[in-house]
Amino acid sequence: MRPIWRCSVKPASPFLEMETTPRVAVMFDGVSLDLPEGANLAAALLAAGVEVFRHTPVSGAPRAPFCMMGACFDCLVEIDGVVRQACMIEVSKGLQISKPHEADHAEP
Amino acid sequence: METDYAIIGGGVVGLSVAWGLLKRGLTVTVLDGEDGSFRASRGNFGLVWVQSKGMDQPRYAKWSQQSAAIWAEFAEELGHNTGQAVPLEQKGGYDFHFSEETLEATVAKYEALKAKLGGDYPYEVLGHNALRKEEPHIGPKVVGAILHHQDGHANPLKLLKSLAADVRRMGGRVLTGKTVTDVAKPDGFRVTCADGTVVSAGKVILSAGLGAAVLGPKMGFEAPVRPQRGQVLITEKLPKLINRPSLIARQVDEGGIQIGATNEEVGTDDRVTQPGLSGLAAEAIAAYPALAKAQLVRSWGALRVLSPDGLPIYQESPEMPGAYLVTCHSGITLAAAHARFLPDWLEGTGDAPDLEVFSEARFAVS
Repeated sequence: MRPIWRCSVKPASPFLEMETTPRVAVMFDGVSLDLPEGANLAAALLAAGVEVFRHTPVSGAPRAPFCMMGACFDCLVEIDGVVRQACMIEVSKGLQISKPHEADHAEP
Repeated sequence: METDYAIIGGGVVGLSVAWGLLKRGLTVTVLDGEDGSFRASRGNFGLVWVQSKGMDQPRYAKWSQQSAAIWAEFAEELGHNTGQAVPLEQKGGYDFHFSEETLEATVAKYEALKAKLGGDYPYEVLGHNALRKEEPHIGPKVVGAILHHQDGHANPLKLLKSLAADVRRMGGRVLTGKTVTDVAKPDGFRVTCADGTVVSAGKVILSAGLGAAVLGPKMGFEAPVRPQRGQVLITEKLPKLINRPSLIARQVDEGGIQIGATNEEVGTDDRVTQPGLSGLAAEAIAAYPALAKAQLVRSWGALRVLSPDGLPIYQESPEMPGAYLVTCHSGITLAAAHARFLPDWLEGTGDAPDLEVFSEARFAVS
């Protein structure tokens, strides 16, 4: 189910047709995604349909990008073992992205 | 008279006293400062702390213990009244040591204080291995810790929010954006603000933090308070890493790890500095190496309100009877005592706590 606003957007957007950026493969949570190289990672993941970037460490609530400008820390992802803000990173080939701290919960 | 009490300063100290007075059916008007005022209530570390306080003055240790003992019930009442819970955890806290020498020296001081307190000073010394059982993430450089069972920590911002809400709920008048410029006592008190507001009151409490240094002398107090900067850091929200708070780090109820704090005599400069923050981070990583991978979300500086000996000041003005100076460094720890016990002192009832050692007489030049 998509948010309603997407249904109201004309699918024949000229911007979608104009995209010429080459796509590169990244891994997110075990799934391979082809994202536009150099794009904002948070935006690219959202556009690729990723709606849950992580779960909060205390209550386990789902989280996704909110401010898109580096202030809210809601878009955190883990890249090569380091927790980073997805909205402050550009897409590059071969990024290994996972949901942060998911492994910590698996510990006894 | 508009109000029984005018309270100058709407931080945790002023609001705690206001709350206690309102509970007794008295009327209060709280005059809170400007956006640019120094606000220790919004920048502090949030400990409800007993150990190391009053090493040279057992009455201060006892006063901290008295407050810590009733804090849970105080927080519970605030949460119940407002629907805004005040997260509190009191299952002990640590003083970490990176050398045997400092650990032994501190234990010797605690033993001396414990004797003066009639044995009521429940702490234990944990060697590295015993500490590791309590704190699995502790680093190898920590040789041991003093675990004091009366220590704990709270969410200080939620305390402030809940207190402010409950003071208003009980009919307290809170005026914000007020800079008090003058206090006069022609008959009753007249408190004048920069914007022309005048409040007439039966009694006045000066709980304006660092603002007391300016206003205090006009009201007959010495008010020798000075700023001391503390820089702090907070991380992203993390899974449980730290079980009990210390002066170095604590994991707050929301998951973030707050790392503290510098002690700097830099006047009223409340900025952060790169060396200050780097030093804090290094110390925190020495205590909990896993923090090296944590992302920092924010840093800030705030100014402590310190008297020359670090103890609170509770003093009625000799020049203006009915005006009281209430100021302290540990407004969070002492919030419960201020709410429950200070009203008896202010009203002069038979249940008034003995606060003699906290008077300004101790600053007299001998």
